[in-house]
Amino acid sequence: MSHEKLVRMANQIATFFESQPDADKAGRVAEHLKEFWEPRMLEQLADHLSSGEDGLSPLATEGSKRVLGLTA
Amino acid sequence: MKDFIIPTKDMDMGTPASKSTEMVTLTIDGFDVTVPEGTSVMRASAEAGIKVPKLCATDSVEAFGSCRLCVVEIEGRRGTPASCTTPVAPGMVVKTQSSQVKKIRKGVMELYISDHPLDCLTCAANGDCELQDMAGMVGLRDVRYEAPANGGFVNHFEARDTAGDVNPQFIPKDDSNPYFTYDPSKCIVCSRCVRACEEVQGTFALTIEGSGFNSRVSAGAGGDDFLSSDCVSCGACVQACPTATLQEKSVIELGTPDKSVITTCAYCGVGCSFKAELNGDELVRMVPYKHGEANRGHSCVKGRFAYGYANHSDRILNPMIRDKITDPWREVSWEEAISYTATRLRDLQDKHGVKSIGGITSSRCTNEETYLVQKLIRSTFGNNNTDTCARVCHSPTGYGLKTTFGTSAGTQNFDSVEETDVVIIIGANPTDGHPVFASRLKKRLRAGAKLIVIDPRRTNIVKSAHIEAQHHLPLLPGTNVAVLSSIAHVIVTEGLMDEEFIRTRCDWDEFAHYAEFISDPRHAPEATALLTGVDAQELRAAAKLFATGGNGSIYYGLGVTEHSQGSTTVMAIANLAMMTGNLGKNGVGVNPLRGQNNVQGACDMGSFPHELPGYRHVSDDATRDVFEAIWGTKIDPEPGLRIPNMLDAAVDGTFKGLYCQGEDILQSDPDTKHVQAGLAAMECVIVHDLFLNETANYAHVFLPGSTFLEKDGTFTNAERRINRVRKVMAPKNGYADWEITMMLANAMGSGWTYTHPSQIMDEIASTTPGFANVNYEMLETRGSVQWPCNDDKPDGSPIMHIDGFARGKGQFIITEYVATDEKTGPRFPLLLTTGRILSQYNVGAQTRRTENTVWHEEDLLEIHPHDAEVRGIQDGQFVRLASRAGETSLRATITDRVSPGVVYTTFHHPDTQANVITTDYSDWATNCPEYKVTAVQVALSNGPSDWQEDYNAQAEQSRRILPAAE
Repeated sequence: MSHEKLVRMANQIATFFESQPDADKAGRVAEHLKEFWEPRMLEQLADHLSSGEDGLSPLATEGSKRVLGLTA
Repeated sequence: MKDFIIPTKDMDMGTPASKSTEMVTLTIDGFDVTVPEGTSVMRASAEAGIKVPKLCATDSVEAFGSCRLCVVEIEGRRGTPASCTTPVAPGMVVKTQSSQVKKIRKGVMELYISDHPLDCLTCAANGDCELQDMAGMVGLRDVRYEAPANGGFVNHFEARDTAGDVNPQFIPKDDSNPYFTYDPSKCIVCSRCVRACEEVQGTFALTIEGSGFNSRVSAGAGGDDFLSSDCVSCGACVQACPTATLQEKSVIELGTPDKSVITTCAYCGVGCSFKAELNGDELVRMVPYKHGEANRGHSCVKGRFAYGYANHSDRILNPMIRDKITDPWREVSWEEAISYTATRLRDLQDKHGVKSIGGITSSRCTNEETYLVQKLIRSTFGNNNTDTCARVCHSPTGYGLKTTFGTSAGTQNFDSVEETDVVIIIGANPTDGHPVFASRLKKRLRAGAKLIVIDPRRTNIVKSAHIEAQHHLPLLPGTNVAVLSSIAHVIVTEGLMDEEFIRTRCDWDEFAHYAEFISDPRHAPEATALLTGVDAQELRAAAKLFATGGNGSIYYGLGVTEHSQGSTTVMAIANLAMMTGNLGKNGVGVNPLRGQNNVQGACDMGSFPHELPGYRHVSDDATRDVFEAIWGTKIDPEPGLRIPNMLDAAVDGTFKGLYCQGEDILQSDPDTKHVQAGLAAMECVIVHDLFLNETANYAHVFLPGSTFLEKDGTFTNAERRINRVRKVMAPKNGYADWEITMMLANAMGSGWTYTHPSQIMDEIASTTPGFANVNYEMLETRGSVQWPCNDDKPDGSPIMHIDGFARGKGQFIITEYVATDEKTGPRFPLLLTTGRILSQYNVGAQTRRTENTVWHEEDLLEIHPHDAEVRGIQDGQFVRLASRAGETSLRATITDRVSPGVVYTTFHHPDTQANVITTDYSDWATNCPEYKVTAVQVALSNGPSDWQEDYNAQAEQSRRILPAAE
């Protein structure tokens, strides 16, 4: 999948959880990614993050790192 | 297993049932009868097994009292009242036979027959004619009235009078409708057809023209025939007609059927019950079954008449394979096709990994078949790469309702509409997409319920005969969340919510937080009006009406889900229902109108890549244990690929093989060029379908499928109703679809041993709590049942969340409006939205192969007169429709149904391929594509685009079939 598309999808998810009242918004993003994204997509997300994180919103970045086990 | 059911309770009771709970006891012919208050004497007699002769009465329409055949004697009453129009009274003493009424009836019949041709033996209704039956029942032996020998007095059925002069009363047969004829010479003017058109269908296409001897049934205005009139060909009039006046052409051609099997329609998510009527294994007609609880005896043109595709010459009956998609197809035996497929799939897995293949289950196939396909993928393929067309239609419903209520399904049964007071229809076009539900809704609206329509187009339900929406909010495509949030804003800021309900059924603190969010002035209708294009005053009035008008129900369709905020919109709908207390009882609720017959079932059966049957996540160890124990294989705990992800992975080179049952992703999925690229990148595409559909242009294996008439199983409709599908004839392709899936699984080493779909249902019931008590035996007795059906709910669940939500407390969700990235601009200044029309169904693979094409032979682009004028476009001209994804050409139709700035088309025809225009944007939560919003430009064109020509050339090449080897 093109990284542009992947980034758009991750950002869409982050935008939704940004609006929610949860204390741990990044946790919710990570949970959603874990629940619905196939491992290949998560791998591509990891590739994208390691390539410089271009385009991901701060919450999408945090959620992505969380699901990929890059942060606690 | 008993496969054939002959309806036993099918007697016409004469007048509709009364819903009163007060019971009345009377005596009929010496027998005591107890019936609900308001029941007619005729119906009460029928309940007691006493049939009163009748012609103008039938239990699908209100009593009319015109034929005078049903007269009876009632002690203490003068004269001979008509039993159809006389309600029962306590202690009433009725005599249905007496010398006086017998004489009257005979006289009435004599008059009827004097103006009726006596060609019974060659008449299409021979053996199925109530006039014939009644003449027999009253003992008519002689007709004394004759036309004078030298001309003059005339009847309605002879073209010339006795003097040889033209009979001005004679009207020739109208056979303009492809499915039935109207023969005025056989009409007894009982008005049953006119009343059925009004009361049952709600179209008001028929009327009685003239008066007295000149009264005639007439379709439309003067000069109209049935086809050119407003008639929607639902068949209700044909069903109601007691003679051969309105007669199915199939009966005229094939004769009266002598066998009847109850089954379920395979078109939309209403899931109507039908009687398939046959001679031997030849289907003569499909007649709506009056005890079907979804349709209550009604039908639409698709289910009633459009089944001819099952015998269409395009249907493929032999398996075919080819090494490359540029090769012609080669017909092979089933053994060869299955072993070829199994080998290729296993080779791909050996070379590219276990997760390099997957499949798509069909929302047109049965629950049992769908269950087997996901089992094949999870257990035999060994991964979770399973998805279904619900991905591209109602996946946001699953996500949204599970989050807010705890169950991925609608909350009501269809009967619930009879008790509703205010209806919101958003993003659905029920008169076209779900016609039988629409007729039931219209009946309620004519009785006084109020209607709010939220739709970019002025759909047919907004204004039609005797119905007008109180409020139509023509929003700009893509602004659903903003409009629903404004409605909620009005309700909350004006204090119109149901506090009691919220406090007891939801989390009050959560609501308080939501209320603070929604009360913000940015959600006020005045603030959102510029964005949505909806008049603020109109929206305020609609909000107040919904909150204060009594039982409020919300019905929605793909105009809600197929957006980048589809899931958010579903949750906004759930919020509205919760804040107004419109859940857990009759007449209210959140009602997703499902597109295909078994979308609900396909979702229930674990078609989604993240969920096992019963909506349980694959990561849940306990759930996997249940299935692993029965299947004897390990289940991958990671979610699989969704359809759009499969196509992306194919382009990336990591997804190589696809088993696609009963779905045409190339035509139905968005961004056709991307779908083409994905399919072309795969090394083994297996299409299992009735026809060489568009996807098959890229397939290596074609496995011919069976129709719904050729197999046993169950469908689950939009109201969670599990209905039986019954085999009425042997599969023309040799096997039912569940058998074909099983052959493939076994060729890949699975060792499945099912011999009947009932065993598959037993496996479903044993693994899935909501289906625990469902089995075929129970369905034989009950007819149908709505899940959940288990020890807690042994009779099923017509209405959900009665005492509490499935998840406990209902959850209010913050619904912030986020504009889609798909924006208009100088290059693409218009917004395209898509939908369906009545006579065609989805990709049209079935309906295009029936005579329904008489109503719709091509997709048209609806454009507002203003937008057409500035582009110099005239009605009927070819136009080029372009988006950033692609372009196509089709004819324009100029209409103010759409607002300026909005254009609309259908996606029924592959020649148009509307989806070459739609983009790869999708719902944030589920990847459901954003079909309903595409920025486009429209300009005059000379004809098909280069892309269309290339596409058609490829399709033609790809469909070549080599003659079978001898």
